[in-house]
Amino acid sequence: MGKQINVALVGNPNTGKTSVFNQLTGLNQKVGNYPGITVEKKEGTAKLSRVLKAHILDLPGTYSLNATSLDESVVIELLLNKNDKDFPDVIVVVSDIENLKRNLLLFTQIKDLGIPCILAINMADRMERKGISLDVEALETKLQTKIALLSARKNTGFDRLRQLIENYKSLPTQPCVNASEIDPEYFKSLQKTYPNQDLYKLWLVITQDVNFGNLNRNRIQGDGLEPKSNAELKRLQHKETIARYKFINETLRETLTKDINQAKGLRASLDRLLIHKFWGYVIFGAILFLIFQAIYDWSSYPMDLIDALFASLSELTKQNLPTGAFTNLIAEGIIPGIGGIVIFIPQIAFLFLFISILEETGYMSRVVFLMDRIMRRFGLSGKSVVPLISGTACAIPAVMAARNIESWKERLITILVVPFTTCSARLPVYLIIIALVIPDERLFGLFNYQGITLMLLYLLGFITAIGSAWVANKFLKMNSKTYFVVEMPDYKLPMFKNVAFTVIEKTKSFVFGAGKIILAISIVLWVLASYGPGDDFNQAEEIVTTEVQQSGEQLTSQELDTKIASYKLKHSYIGIMGRAIEPAVTPLGYDWKIGIAIISSFAAREVFVGTLATIYSVGSEEEETIKNRMAQEVNPILGGPLFTFASGVSLLLFYAFAMQCMSTLAIVRRETGTWKWAMIQLFGMTLLAYVVALIAFQTLN
Amino acid sequence: MPTIADLKKGQKAKITHMSSKAIPLKLFEMGCLPGNEVQLVQNTPFKDPLYLNVNDTYLAIRQETAQQIEIEILL
Repeated sequence: MGKQINVALVGNPNTGKTSVFNQLTGLNQKVGNYPGITVEKKEGTAKLSRVLKAHILDLPGTYSLNATSLDESVVIELLLNKNDKDFPDVIVVVSDIENLKRNLLLFTQIKDLGIPCILAINMADRMERKGISLDVEALETKLQTKIALLSARKNTGFDRLRQLIENYKSLPTQPCVNASEIDPEYFKSLQKTYPNQDLYKLWLVITQDVNFGNLNRNRIQGDGLEPKSNAELKRLQHKETIARYKFINETLRETLTKDINQAKGLRASLDRLLIHKFWGYVIFGAILFLIFQAIYDWSSYPMDLIDALFASLSELTKQNLPTGAFTNLIAEGIIPGIGGIVIFIPQIAFLFLFISILEETGYMSRVVFLMDRIMRRFGLSGKSVVPLISGTACAIPAVMAARNIESWKERLITILVVPFTTCSARLPVYLIIIALVIPDERLFGLFNYQGITLMLLYLLGFITAIGSAWVANKFLKMNSKTYFVVEMPDYKLPMFKNVAFTVIEKTKSFVFGAGKIILAISIVLWVLASYGPGDDFNQAEEIVTTEVQQSGEQLTSQELDTKIASYKLKHSYIGIMGRAIEPAVTPLGYDWKIGIAIISSFAAREVFVGTLATIYSVGSEEEETIKNRMAQEVNPILGGPLFTFASGVSLLLFYAFAMQCMSTLAIVRRETGTWKWAMIQLFGMTLLAYVVALIAFQTLN
Repeated sequence: MPTIADLKKGQKAKITHMSSKAIPLKLFEMGCLPGNEVQLVQNTPFKDPLYLNVNDTYLAIRQETAQQIEIEILL
């Protein structure tokens, strides 16, 4: 193995940075998280020559080195910390030809750090069509760097980029804008106090709200240096940005020419339609409809297949492995547990397919634009639309997607209400209960009642989210400025490779993230249902047999087995726990088994069906669907079938409102920095769920 | 002084003044700063948000922010 160098890719959002990363690394990449935070860390390797390999890190997109979000602070923290194992030997700043002006702001900042740095100009294949010409050599001199003109789409220019990376030692490291001219006095005294530190780095540390190693923001400010107020610092940052743009505008005036007449066209005509005050909304509605159609209709085919596959796998295991506790654990605990995760893959994959296509094409920004005015009335932002759509698959990526909302209040409200949207984990619960209590008939011979119920539940989730946002907006007293800036990128055809990578990565992280919890819970449940304390559990067989003999009942051996199994379950650990909470759930129309399913659902909702499956299948020999078993259940207090219209509706409403997802709570805690908001969700939503379910059952019954 | 909120469709202007306190740094970073040119790209319902081309960057901002950015109309 030869030598390896560290390369960091930095760039604005929408520059095709990820496409460049994909082209450089091919399939040699992995996606993880930065330690302790949920910012995606993409890294890969590329072979530069026979002796030199590059470790390439794709840093989160940022407009500047002034971090305003978690994602952006990752970039600056790495670039300021020489001791980080990922600290780059060379930085590639990815920009795109059409937004070069804005992209160069970040470039000039990075250049000031004194790290060797290459400017990669992507989408160079569009130059001719857009009437742009660029004097590369002159620009290289002005910016004191080397430039690679790339097209990630056409895979051109990468040989030169690899070459430049390989020869990184010959790159100039002088800055191209002198930041200290914005306040020479201050910078001079700064340098005097810290003669060994890089001046621009000191300035960055002072203006960010973060500390870097031994450089502490407040200490720098205190060390014999006249401290500046925050307003003063902000004014200086503005001044710095103005100075940088002045340099950039002058530089580009001499090196870049644009034929304005050719530059328009596609953007203008598409925008006229897509953000039209009427057609814009119609088109967005149609696209939403298509997405939901895909998630809930098209994905039902692979889902049914997966369901059947795991059912037969479970059966096969039971038949072929020697009977015993271990086999039961696999067949009744682990296999259904894994099945419960795998079944969500088609839906999650479809959702991310659409979202990544909408983002790649540039359409998502138009949706944000269209929706901002409407969403603002409810205390949300146009940018809340993406989390709310993502929330229909899973609240976890949705809460994370709220990150790019600038106003803290709007972002917080979005995070608080997103769990009301009907996530795909609620779907299996809805489906099975609807099948049990809503007649499979048609209204006017046209609309299926079951379908209507499902649609109403989705609507309910969305309305509750918006409504509670409105309430939260009224109650949250927060002095946070509501401002909103959204870039309107150019329209582009999505690149297949990028879309495919996104879908695979997002699906993988869902499966392994949520999967671990679901799997662990199904194993714990199985153990709790298969063991119990005392004689009631251990001698269930004798107790039931004697009881039956005494009463003189005539039972087939099968009926006897079922009776023993249910007696056992009742006295297992889980049965004891279930009966303890029975008084709390009886008013809602549930028995202790549903109570257990609800409790285990607090880990993750999708566990509900799995729990009932586990509870019912423990000890049962014959293959029987869960639905049939549920239909046979008898209400212990009221008699009659347990699942009636009243108890079914009550259960549906409970699941619509309750906060039952540990992973979401954990992510809300991480994104808001305190348990306060997660706890407000847990108790607020669950209380609402209990009250609504109680009212529903008591009125309908 | 007119502000960005007063721009008509297609009209170009030069940004003359922005109050440092009210305007977030992010807007500066996108190129929306004194000295640069701004153009209203397209009319939108209620002029909110506004669709702008500032210094060759296409972006959208809300009416309340636009009212705080003073301009000098060019044509």
